[in-house]
Amino acid sequence: MILKAVRTNKIKTGLIITLFFIFITLFVYFLSRIFFDNIYIAAAIGLSVSIISAFVSYYNSDKMILSLNNARPATREEFLQLNVSLESLCIAAGLPLPKLYVMDTPALNAFATGRNPKHAVVCVTTGLLNKLDKYELEGVLAHELSHIKNYDILLSTIAIVMVGFVTIIADILTHSFIWGGNRDSDNKASAIIVIVGIIFLILSPIFVNLLKLAISRNREYLADASAVEITRNKEGLISALNKLETQNEPININEATESLFIINPLKGKKEKDSIWSTHPSTKNRIARLQEIN
Amino acid sequence: MIWIIILVVIILGIIFLYNYLVKLNIRCQNAWSQIDNQLKRRADLIPNLVEVTKGYAKHESEVLTKVSQIRTEGTMSQIAKQSEEVSNSLNNLFALAEGYPDLKANEVFKNLQIELTGTEDKIAFARQFYNDTVQYYNSAIMMFPSNIMAKILKYNEREYFKVADEDKQEVKVEL
Repeated sequence: MILKAVRTNKIKTGLIITLFFIFITLFVYFLSRIFFDNIYIAAAIGLSVSIISAFVSYYNSDKMILSLNNARPATREEFLQLNVSLESLCIAAGLPLPKLYVMDTPALNAFATGRNPKHAVVCVTTGLLNKLDKYELEGVLAHELSHIKNYDILLSTIAIVMVGFVTIIADILTHSFIWGGNRDSDNKASAIIVIVGIIFLILSPIFVNLLKLAISRNREYLADASAVEITRNKEGLISALNKLETQNEPININEATESLFIINPLKGKKEKDSIWSTHPSTKNRIARLQEIN
Repeated sequence: MIWIIILVVIILGIIFLYNYLVKLNIRCQNAWSQIDNQLKRRADLIPNLVEVTKGYAKHESEVLTKVSQIRTEGTMSQIAKQSEEVSNSLNNLFALAEGYPDLKANEVFKNLQIELTGTEDKIAFARQFYNDTVQYYNSAIMMFPSNIMAKILKYNEREYFKVADEDKQEVKVEL
């Protein structure tokens, strides 16, 4: 089950990187055509920009996500219990020790990011540390370790950064397309911008929804189940999920990173699962956990 | 022609078996070193704990010091037995500490308690992992055809990290 999840995640990540690559190449190609008549020069510029940006986002996406959410490293001196718990769970899960971060907020939440088990990060809120006891905290940490083990972190991190990047470009372009239409002197250039602008206008909502489809809700169920396999104690995770659901507070996070968190940080959603929701309802998750023997 | 193919298949099979067993053996060694690291870590921490608690629970601290002297020699089940004695003695000490509010409020004691309870968890998890690994290894060296390769490599059955049945009665720590 886990091996299958790992393979699907890697394939989906490859797909997203390919799409990103094509998109950036085409975008930069058309942009360079404004300045260069030679299609080979434009193609070369397009390819090199997309190669560089794909590499940069592949190797730095975890750092980007941590800084988007204002996380800071959790030192052993300051958060001893948290560090010790994570160390023991890593032995149980057979994983290398991930880097540990905290977000200073009273909200209860946690997420994991990175690209593979050797380059992984677990991040929890300080509210979580204050409200949960040791066993509940271990349940949450084991859930995050399962995401690392299943390579869920790779898919969602890459998806967020690459799709986010494309959306930002699309936003800028559509704005300049709408507001800056008449200023031009050069006819050919404005024609290209109009075409590219229209393409982006159509593509950007497709991309955002693609992201939501790629990240399936089933991974939360799978991670819950694997977490119990690690801790051998389902009560901890169940009561942690209960607290997360009932005692939570609003949290100030970057909306694009929503799907990473253990529980949906953007409140006020309906209880039913739909294909667009990134998280299953907590009630369903607890029900499934209780079925485990 | 057919003989060449058979020969190649046999050679490939031997290479595969060899690599398979060597890999399992290394995995057992790694699993053991995880337990070993945690046992050493615990042994390093205990003198500090004794230092902090001896004013409150003199007898228990002395018992702990006595049982926690590292004995590196001995079979796996002897090491497991000693480890269990240390765990029991630690639990006694922590249970006793509940009765002393100023000890419980002591920052050094609090940190040591977190560290040592964590080490206990780690030993338990590492032991589970080690025993699973050894079980896998042991069945591999007993099954055909890998048992032939195991004989050639002189790989013997490994011992589980658990208190042997005949030792079990003695585990009770005298207080």
